[in-house]
Amino acid sequence: MFDFLDSGQYDLLGAFWVTVQLTLYSAAGSLIWGTVLAGIRVSPVPLMRGFAAVYVNVVRNTPLTALILGCSLGLSQTLGITLGGDTFKETGFRLAVLGLTAYTGTFVCEALRSGINTVPVGQAEAARALGLSFFQVLTLIVLPQAFRAVIAPLANVLIALTKNTTVAAAIGVAEAALLMKEMIENEAQALFEVFAVFAFGFVVLTLPTGLLLGWAAKRMAVKR
Amino acid sequence: MKLYKAGAAVAAAVALALTATACGGGSKSSGGGDSAAGGKKIVIGIKFDQPGVGLKTPDGKFTGFDVDVATYVAKELGYEASQIEFKQAVSSERENLISNGDVKLVVASYSINDKRKEKVDFAGPYFLAHQDLLVRADETSITKAEDLNKKKLCSVTGSTSAQNVKTKLAPEADLQEFPGYSECLTGLENKAVDALTTDNSILAGYAAQEKNKGKFKLAGLSLSNENYGIGLKKGDKDLQTKVNAALKKMVADGAWDAAVKKNFGPANYKNEPAPQITEGS
Repeated sequence: MFDFLDSGQYDLLGAFWVTVQLTLYSAAGSLIWGTVLAGIRVSPVPLMRGFAAVYVNVVRNTPLTALILGCSLGLSQTLGITLGGDTFKETGFRLAVLGLTAYTGTFVCEALRSGINTVPVGQAEAARALGLSFFQVLTLIVLPQAFRAVIAPLANVLIALTKNTTVAAAIGVAEAALLMKEMIENEAQALFEVFAVFAFGFVVLTLPTGLLLGWAAKRMAVKR
Repeated sequence: MKLYKAGAAVAAAVALALTATACGGGSKSSGGGDSAAGGKKIVIGIKFDQPGVGLKTPDGKFTGFDVDVATYVAKELGYEASQIEFKQAVSSERENLISNGDVKLVVASYSINDKRKEKVDFAGPYFLAHQDLLVRADETSITKAEDLNKKKLCSVTGSTSAQNVKTKLAPEADLQEFPGYSECLTGLENKAVDALTTDNSILAGYAAQEKNKGKFKLAGLSLSNENYGIGLKKGDKDLQTKVNAALKKMVADGAWDAAVKKNFGPANYKNEPAPQITEGS
């Protein structure tokens, strides 16, 4: 039934490795970008707050496929921005990480902002009374507590990101979804078996993420 | 507790696989047959997105060589043009559309090969296409497949043409894969890619489009042989014989030549003569 896997024609592990790499790079990028965005969204400067609000609402509500294709067709094919990649393979990977980071960062930002709301107002007021600047209040007092409150929602974002990497196939990044298209093209007689293999692959990637981070969320949460 | 979690994981995976299977198998419709109440109809699967081959125009009409062949064959089977219902047949779904009975025939740049014959039968072939390259009109540096190793190429994600490039034709070529050919044309026009590769019939359709006239040309390399057949339900010898007879008649009475000229002509495309029918009787 699954004999198409034995032909040696398909590098299943290699394709899923690219998926994992895409996920890790984009996760790191969107965690940083999301935190910065969250900081801007709660900053005392109205103009910066406005910028972050507009960015989050525009990017969050744009279909990811449109964003990623826009990166490739707009930035790379039309404007010639390749992010230092020499081949389409390198460029495509970097553009995909850029698109995924821009998109996932908005969800990280909103999760963090909800975490910031769980920190009692007295904490920030006390910190300000000690003479700490806004940046110090945010990084020393508020964000550390906020992060511990939002591990579980961030796990959801990470799981969604893992699956969203499949959109990178739209610009030719050789990850799992692209290999699936190739296999369906060649093995159309085993359509559902091919699909089951890839569904199983993603379950293997995302289930442990959810279990691990769910456990961490329970351990780390600030008891109030 | 641990056992319960592992069990839940397995159950989830199985449930996913089952639902996936269900959505394919569950859609038994009466399409493709003559059973529709009030006048008989025939459902034919074609491509909706390949100019020159099978295209659904914005005003809801269908054009292309496959459409002309489908219309001719349907007429020979006893259906007027108004009794044909065209249904989109995406490459990966063609086998299932036929075996589920959603369509009676698939005429959708459908290359005959052994893997596909495990699930469906073919009539024909009615057309011989080759994998070829579409390049900018002023391109002269590509004359053979090896030239591609230093070039930037574009094709459709997972397609046979893209796989041919990666495994056989030019493994060192820089290959960009997009979901559709239209995206590749953007890069080709902006010189981000040097060539677009797929069957020459499809390329000719793009080159012949009004908005692309004079911008692109076919390189004229025959990189593979693609025998297009008409897909039909496995084991339906009666239908296969009738379709083959219709194709023979189409070639004999000149309708085949006319259809080729009409759909591929403007691209300065030298078509192969009508192939011998090899499938079935």
